[in-house]
Amino acid sequence: MTTALSGLARRAPFTLRRRHVPVLVTFGLFLLAFLTGALRYENFGTGQVFLDLFIDNSFLIVVAVGMTFVILAGGIDLSVGSVVALSGMLCAIGTMRLGLPAPLVVLLVLLIGTGFGTVMGYMIHVFEIQPFIATLAGMFLARGVCLTISENQISIDDAAFDAVALNSLALPGGLRLSYGAVIALAVVAVAFYALQWTRTGRNVYALGGSEQSSVLMGLPAGRTKIQVYAISGFCSALGGVLFALYTLSGDPTHAIGMELDAIAAVVIGGTVLTGGSGYLIGSVLGVLVLGVIKTILSFEGTLSSWWTRIAIGVLLFGFIALQRLIGTRRGSRTG
Amino acid sequence: MTRPVLEVSGISKGFPGVQALDDVAFRLLPGEIHALMGENGAGKSTLIKVLTGVHEADAGTVVVGGAKASIKGPLHAQRLGISTVYQEVNLCPNLSVAENIFIGREPRRFGRIDWKAVRRRSAELLARLDLDLDVTAQLGSHSLAVQQLVAIVRAVDLEAKVLILDEPTSSLDRGEVARLFTVMRRLREDGVAILFVSHFLEQIYEVCDRVTVLRGGRLVGEYPIGELSRFELVAKMTGQELAALEELDEESPEAVRGERLFALEGVGRTGAIAPVDLDLYAGEVVGLAGLLGSGRSELARLVFGADAADSGRVRCGDELVSLRTPRAAIERGVAFCPEDRKGDGLVMDLTVEENIILALQAARGWTRPLGQKRRQELVGEYIRALRIHPPHPHTPVKNLSGGNQQKVLLARWLITRPKLLILDEPTRGIDIGAKTEIQRLVVSLAGEGMGVVFISAELEEVLRISHKVEVLRDRRLVTELANDGTLTPERILQTIANGAADR
Repeated sequence: MTTALSGLARRAPFTLRRRHVPVLVTFGLFLLAFLTGALRYENFGTGQVFLDLFIDNSFLIVVAVGMTFVILAGGIDLSVGSVVALSGMLCAIGTMRLGLPAPLVVLLVLLIGTGFGTVMGYMIHVFEIQPFIATLAGMFLARGVCLTISENQISIDDAAFDAVALNSLALPGGLRLSYGAVIALAVVAVAFYALQWTRTGRNVYALGGSEQSSVLMGLPAGRTKIQVYAISGFCSALGGVLFALYTLSGDPTHAIGMELDAIAAVVIGGTVLTGGSGYLIGSVLGVLVLGVIKTILSFEGTLSSWWTRIAIGVLLFGFIALQRLIGTRRGSRTG
Repeated sequence: MTRPVLEVSGISKGFPGVQALDDVAFRLLPGEIHALMGENGAGKSTLIKVLTGVHEADAGTVVVGGAKASIKGPLHAQRLGISTVYQEVNLCPNLSVAENIFIGREPRRFGRIDWKAVRRRSAELLARLDLDLDVTAQLGSHSLAVQQLVAIVRAVDLEAKVLILDEPTSSLDRGEVARLFTVMRRLREDGVAILFVSHFLEQIYEVCDRVTVLRGGRLVGEYPIGELSRFELVAKMTGQELAALEELDEESPEAVRGERLFALEGVGRTGAIAPVDLDLYAGEVVGLAGLLGSGRSELARLVFGADAADSGRVRCGDELVSLRTPRAAIERGVAFCPEDRKGDGLVMDLTVEENIILALQAARGWTRPLGQKRRQELVGEYIRALRIHPPHPHTPVKNLSGGNQQKVLLARWLITRPKLLILDEPTRGIDIGAKTEIQRLVVSLAGEGMGVVFISAELEEVLRISHKVEVLRDRRLVTELANDGTLTPERILQTIANGAADR
């Protein structure tokens, strides 16, 4: 008994485990891509280019955070791109057409997004509809509402929106970080805390590991399932607000396919699509990897931006193969 | 006598078409290990599910610790002090050992989970049962035996007064079982009441104090284990079936070899099984013996065309035939009951009748549907002949016990009147009674002139019904042994072990 306990006390605070490997690989990949860019192009290896990754992808980071919760719980949310667009449209309509104060508009948008996710989660839990189908319906619904509101882009010319969008946080060394990116980083911090240090967060992992076990262990599996879709809905709505800030407009055709970018980022970040295994930090790294590829292509200048897609495709294949390898090795040990 | 911690009486529970429990009573005393015995379909699982609140009983009362309770779900059962460890461990393999013990009730400091305390306390709990594990390792990286012990630790720390162990030993080796029993005995000393379900008689006699026997959803009785011999216990579990078992033992399989159905000449498949020469005759039962992975199932799949052979040829009479697809094999009169009856064979949501009729309908083609009356006649005939229980054609197959599901699968192929029937582990996981019935059926089918290929991991069973035994080892047919009455399981085992005997 004493040996067991002293062995525990001596344990290093962090030991490298197989489940950490995918995140480390993603981190290595990001470093590699960034260093390649820095060596190849002048003006690439600067702090501002690094910070621009957060600024230009703030909305995707937030959306990927929500998607991480859903995928960790063993689900999928295809509605996020449409909800981002809808939220942008509602910001534009609320401030420009209805003349409501910006903070109230943002609050309403976040409530609507959360409610939208909650309803989808409720459908998935209570009526046992497959998440793919339920959120596919949500995707069409939200996109349809966007186009019903307006078929055209609506520019946002609101004092509060302008103030947040056009100013940025000054950092030491002359670096600047947009408020949108600050918000995105704050969301990451809160979500990280929630997943690692709260019961709700651990229930998400348990649900993704085995729903049946969660129920039999007496965990609130149903509530957790609804929660993750509500969180994803909230994150999509917030992502929509950030997107509206970034573009200072609402457009019904914004963010088409963003759900797939978010899923790609989560998977490249090492989260297993069947749920239960993965880290939030990985998803953020996944977004950064996608971002740095885009940046390299823009520095290159002559390459078509569709090369980004090809790169994403190759990376996805690679990571799914990697997970498969780790998964089967673990499986053979259980036997 | 001490007051029972758990007492149920008059429990009934029905599913569509099945009365799973009928007026069952049962009590559990503190500090005892109590065996719950019964064959498949006896109602053990349903009783456990009622006790854990997974199913709600239609009638009856449950008294926990002297107070009447209606158990609403697993969580409620845990609060009442009833915890269950299932055969397939119901923990999360993706979480750490420590987390699995504490999830849902993690110690917290300032609102956040105190991981240090989680690790320290789980190590302490494991140490109390003499287990020294890396509590930060993923649960899935430990063996099933360890996972079960972790599940028990979790249950015990939930202040379980009643611990239900549902077939915990079925996938453990001898040493692991011994360790489990040590833990069980220690818990008994602490006053925990343990309900132990196992198919292994020896284990029941080794560790249990009392036994409750169920049969066909009804209570047979409750006995102190010392006052019940093994023979009496089996008799009580099976009812009159035991007599049938002995009867079959006396029958010696008599070869009434008919015409040659198929001759395999060097049939093999790279990576699955080396080329095999084998003659299959009408009226003859050929047993395939070998360890798991020896190529038994692979050979069967080649004959049925489930996998295509990449060498050799098959003769039917003098004619060369192709059995490269299941369709071609079915046309030649081959039927195949696969090992995984749930995955490969039965459609669980369809009824008994629909499942039975499936292959015949497929053989006739969808343009010539069977008449309603003809269907009922046929299905009724086979339900009677195979004694499928419950004998209702409109019961969904998922509500049947394993043995009866196997019979439905068998009926499906028999109804097409095959010339050659391939059975891959038809008696695995089913109870003694149903096993005997299936064995008897195979013998009588062969007597009627059907050729049978019979695969089983149990050598006694292979010997009992086969006319000749093909021994496989390392994906190769090693030898053929005639079952002339002198063949023993030991000799087959030796052949498998040596693998040296040449043809």
